[in-house]
Amino acid sequence: MALEGATQQIRIAVIDDGEGVDPMDFEPNEEQKLIVEQVRRFVHEEIIPLEATLDPDASEIEPEDFARLSDKVKAMGLWGLDVPIEYGGPGVDLVTRTLIAFEMAQHRAGLYVPCYGVFGTMGLAQLYEATEDQKERYLKPVLRGEKKGFFGLTEPSGGSDPARAIQTRAVKDGNDWVINGSKVYISGADKAQFGLVFARTDKDAGRGGVTCFIVDTDMPGFHVRRVVHTLRSSHYATELAFEDLRVPQENVLGEVNRGFAIANDRLTRQRIPYAAACIGVAIKAQEMAIEYAKQRETFGAPLASRQMIQGMIIDNELDIRTSSLMTLAAAAKAERGEPFRMEAGMAKLLASEAGGRVVDRSMQVHGGIGMTKDLPLERWYREMRIRRVGEGPNEVQRLIIARDLLGGNFK
Amino acid sequence: MAIRLTKAWTALTVENATALPGQLGVYELADGDGQTVAFGFAGGRALFGLRSELTTLAEAPPHGATQYRVEVNSQYQTRFRELLMVYQADHGELPAVNAEKPPIGLGRLSPL
Repeated sequence: MALEGATQQIRIAVIDDGEGVDPMDFEPNEEQKLIVEQVRRFVHEEIIPLEATLDPDASEIEPEDFARLSDKVKAMGLWGLDVPIEYGGPGVDLVTRTLIAFEMAQHRAGLYVPCYGVFGTMGLAQLYEATEDQKERYLKPVLRGEKKGFFGLTEPSGGSDPARAIQTRAVKDGNDWVINGSKVYISGADKAQFGLVFARTDKDAGRGGVTCFIVDTDMPGFHVRRVVHTLRSSHYATELAFEDLRVPQENVLGEVNRGFAIANDRLTRQRIPYAAACIGVAIKAQEMAIEYAKQRETFGAPLASRQMIQGMIIDNELDIRTSSLMTLAAAAKAERGEPFRMEAGMAKLLASEAGGRVVDRSMQVHGGIGMTKDLPLERWYREMRIRRVGEGPNEVQRLIIARDLLGGNFK
Repeated sequence: MAIRLTKAWTALTVENATALPGQLGVYELADGDGQTVAFGFAGGRALFGLRSELTTLAEAPPHGATQYRVEVNSQYQTRFRELLMVYQADHGELPAVNAEKPPIGLGRLSPL
């Protein structure tokens, strides 16, 4: 039975090119190779030299550099890579975008800020399900780079189980909703012009009693109370407080009490580039480990000749290849329009754990210099740890996988 | 960790600065009246961390700075921004030195 299930999964994970089914063929085609090579060159010629002039924990570049580099990306036809084609994106398929994401992450800031954002942003996935009026006011300004948004879900009482944890309340008052409560570990709220805030609108309905609101940050009652410092020392999270914050009815995103039903497909899809960035960093860390092992000599021979070092490099490669294949398989399934929630969860889980192991082993190969800010490894080590918790902790990914395999919602 | 730097001020002299640790961290400069004129940080590219940063500043103090205080902190990037945002919330503007070249994308806080 188990073998039958596994065979079925492998069969699902093949690419259908319209001329029959090729078993697990993820060899990039010529067009993909060209695009990937173009992005690789961009990272090597534009990003890495610029990065060498920045603080090792920097996550932003000067506006003039951003403008110059994003102009180059536009000329390459890759601006707004993840933006759907109907909103002006270049219409690159998800498998190719995954291959590109592997490349874009291969620099010091690449895990969280691939190429410092010069490929453009797709914004918050939920806004693609907004009303036309909401899209005009929020989504389109984000795509034009005029506004920034934040995602406000987690509260001091918890984040992985928001259905029970959300205590922020929204109460209807005329045409408005009045929100009171707090959020924590929220990224970018201090710089955002608006945010998506999830609040309880029916205290007895659990997951079915939560509504998503689009909140303007310049409204009275919106407060960014404090900075929350994390392992990711280039970027902080924030703690928010809402005190009688009034939000008009037209800023309800989706339906009242159906806040969690919004954009599930798009959110699942985001786990694929999230995984790909972990893999990109792992590839670069492995490349560095191999290079260093070949040139560094101990006791009269290069490190590369030592079996213990070889073992680390082999294990790195195994981690990179297994997580890459899983991530590409998830992307291929999503691209074909098939259910891919389980595969996306597996990709996120595998890549974030594999990425951590690869960076850790690469630091070990480097020895002392691997611990210093002279190399990007220490930054990746700290940031990679967060990836096992971000975008849904890996334990929650395992729950998702179990639900799909076992076919139920076991409590 | 207090949200604002609260340590006692030290005179901004080369002698005092060279006694500082070579670690990463943030600093605050003030004039003789105790008015803050700058926040800054000694980052991963500072040759000797806070020691070299403050020594350089002591040799050519900006905006009449005569005293300093420091905080050793490996989260110097986010702590620096936090200090600026808190100052901005308290005073409605940035310190003179930082106002000349504000950090990219500085956010806003409304601390209690």
